[in-house]
Amino acid sequence: MFDLERWQEILETISKNKLRTFLTGLSVASGIFILVILLGFGQGMQNGISAQFQRDASSRISVYTGVTSKGYKGLNPGRFIEMTNEDYNYLIKKYEDDLEFKSSVYRIWSGTLNFGNESGSYRVEGVYPDYQFLENEDMVAGRYINYDDQEKKSKVMVIGNKVKQDLFNNQDPIGQQVQINGINFKVVGVYTDPGGEREETRVFVPLSTSQRVFGGADKVGNLGFTLKPKETFQKTLEQSVRFSSEIESFLKERHLIAPDDTSAIGINNTLEGTKRFYDLIGMIKTFFWVVGICTIIAGVVGVSNIMLIIVKERTKEIGIRKALGAQPLSIITMILHESIFVTAIAGFTGLILSMALLEVVGPNLDMDFIKNPSVNFNVALTTVFILILAGALAGFVPAWRAARIKPITALREE
Amino acid sequence: MITIKDLHKSYTMGTNSLHVLKGINFSVQEGELVSIMGSSGSGKSTLLNILGMLDEADEGSYTLDGVPIKNLNEKIAAQYRNKFLGFIFQSFNLINYKSALDNVGMPLYYQGMKRKERTEKAMAYLEKVGLANWAHHMPNELSGGQKQRVAIARALASDPKVLLADEPTGALDTKTSYEVMDLIQGINDEGKTILIVTHEDDIAHMTKRIVNLKDGLIIDDTAVDQVRALSHV
Ligand SMILES: Nc1ncnc2c1ncn2[C@@H]1O[C@H](COP(=O)(O)OP(=O)(O)OP(=O)(O)O)[C@@H](O)[C@H]1O
Ligand SMILES: [Mg+2]
Repeated sequence: MFDLERWQEILETISKNKLRTFLTGLSVASGIFILVILLGFGQGMQNGISAQFQRDASSRISVYTGVTSKGYKGLNPGRFIEMTNEDYNYLIKKYEDDLEFKSSVYRIWSGTLNFGNESGSYRVEGVYPDYQFLENEDMVAGRYINYDDQEKKSKVMVIGNKVKQDLFNNQDPIGQQVQINGINFKVVGVYTDPGGEREETRVFVPLSTSQRVFGGADKVGNLGFTLKPKETFQKTLEQSVRFSSEIESFLKERHLIAPDDTSAIGINNTLEGTKRFYDLIGMIKTFFWVVGICTIIAGVVGVSNIMLIIVKERTKEIGIRKALGAQPLSIITMILHESIFVTAIAGFTGLILSMALLEVVGPNLDMDFIKNPSVNFNVALTTVFILILAGALAGFVPAWRAARIKPITALREE
Repeated sequence: MITIKDLHKSYTMGTNSLHVLKGINFSVQEGELVSIMGSSGSGKSTLLNILGMLDEADEGSYTLDGVPIKNLNEKIAAQYRNKFLGFIFQSFNLINYKSALDNVGMPLYYQGMKRKERTEKAMAYLEKVGLANWAHHMPNELSGGQKQRVAIARALASDPKVLLADEPTGALDTKTSYEVMDLIQGINDEGKTILIVTHEDDIAHMTKRIVNLKDGLIIDDTAVDQVRALSHV
């Protein structure tokens, strides 16, 4: 391997046969390039879809209300149903042992925020402290709403990252007073949400405060729960479905809604979506792996073909070299050395170029369903080695055959 | 230098078998310059290839410089070719992506000689054939005669015991042929044993001995008065 004379001979051969080298290299490099980009985008799609699903806790059950579509017990249809603190309190008491996170929500659909000269309109929601986990939010500064705020009906608020950017530029928002519809609130925290900007344009205040300050009385617009996970996904899913339907019957009974009225109470069970999500991710993964493996196979076949052609093309030269005293082993190593060298250089070039492309384009690419495409370096590296090995193997067979044919036969080749 | 006894060679193609050499007995002493003649298909090239260990005989014995050449594996055969033999082909057989100098250096590369020494030695042989100024040219930049002279320099480079030339002037015009023959005669004058296969009478008469082949047998083997190629140029 470190025979200087042989390296000189190989490098000379390569530099004198630029087209051949270039074509071999190109096919290897582009194979690796395509594969890495492909796997990168597969990962990007997974990331993107995951992010969409991670907007909220993956097992969240949301309860919301609407207008009745049927008359029941003497009541007319068209009645708007509103839940109250009482409903919420009853439910969390009843399911105390099963619930993991829980919160009711009072929404002020559009609140106008003012800070200094900046102002904007955002969705303001009164929530319990657990709501952070129902929404899958992480704090980037300060803290979330806590039970103390709830108790004291404090005028504090937690804002999304986007709201911070809009209103505060580069200032630290923590501790600042911001007006919501003219009422002063103190910013205590800034959160970020994997769902992205759309989810970060919201403002949270304690539920108790919101009901008092914005005229909600004891009304709540929304309930959110997650259940403690069971041992298996299947059991968790079953329990979650049962829980959803129990809440539905309870609320229907309490608010005098016909049992078959589908529009008055809505329950959104994310867990069912989660199952579909995992199935989808599984399918995407499988798809990209199948395509990836096919690409490698195509690459291997390509390299093999090129090696066959190269050896064929060099048969006469091999005959001449043998007539001049080349040993069979030196013929084999000459061909393999060249093939491994070219495949390796080309493979790593393809690898580096494609990784660089992903590195540059990846983070800037934030479409809804493709996010941060990236590739596992080890996987990519392994692929390069597989191709090098395949190239060597593919080269070995014809090289070995060429080394064995009688010199006169090789010389007759035209 | 060369002794062959009862040499047979057949080619099989499918079910047909073609008996090409039908018992050749023949020997060459050191320093001889022999031409092998005969009509097309008489087996001249076949004989020369066997002598050159590029091909193998079916039967008979072959001794080269006292070494029996029989059932050699390819590794040993390659060594012997490198050490004992130099080839000159009708179609030159230069490696087309290597310069004249590097072509001449090839046998030395396979002897394991270092690059610097190799280049010096190759250069000396190129000088000998009068092509020192063409050392860095590629084969496709050379004329036929020049190519053949490069091939002769290459054949000489490893200082072999015997030079084997299969129609070395076959692809050259008369004037160039004589120049090449002059070179070959010069090399022979220095003591090198040389075998030449040729069709041409005038070329054959520039050697010292003519062996005539017909249908796989030697029908005539006579010493001749050598005509100096220089006298024609
Ligand atoms: N590899 C081969 N396979 C089959 N037949 C062959 C092979 N090589 C040579 N022959 C046949 O053997 C016979 C002798 O061939 P050879 O090349 O030795 O003739 P030659 O005397 O050199 O002829 P020429 O003057 O045309 O070069 C010819 O009939 C030829 O067709
Ligand atoms: Mg012939």
